[in-house]
Amino acid sequence: MAFLSCEEMLAAARSQKITLAEAVLRSDLEESRLTEAHSRAAMRHLWQVMQATSQEYDPAQRSRSGLSGGDAAKVEQAWQQGRLLGDDYLAAVTAEALKTAECNACMKRIVAAPTAGSCGVLPAVLLPLARAGQADEDAVCDALYVAAGFGQVIAARATLAGAEGGCQAEVGAASAMAAAALCNLKGGTPEQCAAAAAMALGNLLGLVCDPVAGLVEVPCIKRNVVGAVNAVSCANMALAGVDYAIPCDEVIDAMGRVGSLLSPDLRETGQGGLAATPTGVKIARQLAQED
Amino acid sequence: MRLFDVLGPVMIGPSSSHTAGAAKIGYTAQKLLGEVPAQADIGLYGSFATTGKGHGTDRALVAGLLGLRPDDPRLPDSFALAAQRGMQFSIHPVELRSAHPNTAVLTLTSRTGRQLSLKAASVGGGRIRVTEIDGVPADFGGDSNTLIIHNEDTPGCIAEVTMALALRRINIASMQVFRAAAGGYAVMVLECDSHIPHALERQLAVMPGLLKVTCLNVDEPEETEE
Repeated sequence: MAFLSCEEMLAAARSQKITLAEAVLRSDLEESRLTEAHSRAAMRHLWQVMQATSQEYDPAQRSRSGLSGGDAAKVEQAWQQGRLLGDDYLAAVTAEALKTAECNACMKRIVAAPTAGSCGVLPAVLLPLARAGQADEDAVCDALYVAAGFGQVIAARATLAGAEGGCQAEVGAASAMAAAALCNLKGGTPEQCAAAAAMALGNLLGLVCDPVAGLVEVPCIKRNVVGAVNAVSCANMALAGVDYAIPCDEVIDAMGRVGSLLSPDLRETGQGGLAATPTGVKIARQLAQED
Repeated sequence: MRLFDVLGPVMIGPSSSHTAGAAKIGYTAQKLLGEVPAQADIGLYGSFATTGKGHGTDRALVAGLLGLRPDDPRLPDSFALAAQRGMQFSIHPVELRSAHPNTAVLTLTSRTGRQLSLKAASVGGGRIRVTEIDGVPADFGGDSNTLIIHNEDTPGCIAEVTMALALRRINIASMQVFRAAAGGYAVMVLECDSHIPHALERQLAVMPGLLKVTCLNVDEPEETEE
């Protein structure tokens, strides 16, 4: 059975004297009836697809609506020209989040992590580390198990669907998963992983789902960047020993409740938020006329 | 939620419900028909009709009907692929009463004249539910090997089918029985734990009282990329 709380997940690792990744893996094997070898191969496959999506990014490609494409290339170019703030990692995280999310908008192959709309967050934080030789395949796969474990708890206690919980349930959840993954990758304790996830989700609480013209493009693609950068900051805080006052399970419960308090206009219907701005409405109208 | 439902599926973007789910509906329908249809009428309801085009719902459904999986990179070019393979299709909005907002209604005809109609909903995360088959209610997800049998609504039909499965040591994971009207025409949907051999399908098809046998084997080898 998937864990119903982070508390339970951490306790399982503690009592069996195994890593958090191992605890998540074992709980899934009980439920899925997969063998460990099958599960690990499936996880490696997801990681390979994440890498392939990034490698196959085509700067010239545009989405069918014409609203998306080419932004990751702009960031990479500006970074190479030394025009950006921050270090190499921050620039790469920004570019990779855009890359995968733009690929999604352009009907390329991606890994829903946890959703298609939030598919850029996890690869964004992991790919630059792997490329820099700071994370091998096994370490990344373990980090992905940890991410999935927190994602399963979010699914069990709240939701991963924008239509139910708004963007906090998609990019917010992806950010929490990525923060825990990073924390695990950098040798953080299970408690620090949970703190990182709690902070990341807490920071994005209330984020609405307001896609312009109902498409997974504006503002979804750039929100993947926010989810990724937020994950890095929260992992850093947790690794530094910074605590979060609210336990991860309670943050997740709050996210679920906030989601149900959100007006349906702000839950993927394309009726509120940025979708309802004069420009958002104009774009939607133009696209409808083209069809 | 299962681990690989939280991380995954691998899919062609942009939307798990509007693209991956739509592709899976088409794919499941094609498997149920047993071949790529010669003619497909595709009705889109609710959000599938209103935001489907921008999400590639139309191309995903056609890709699925051609036997492409939701993660096949050829999905965006499915219209051209359909033309190459001689599959004709039409896509239009439909009005339905109290259906799931992401519903497609497919009417398919094979080259040999075999017909199949299907109503299915994309219920999130790329998962689907087939809610109607040939006008009779049904409810299955297309993730297990599934046997769908149209039969005369008379005593003994179910026993015959379950006995035939038992003799082949095929375990039934779930079973549902539906009917349009008493004493008329009924459908049973059996999700099975193992492969359903074609020989069994043929054997069932000639049994008295059984009108149509449709089989979905999800474990059958896929068409590979050209």
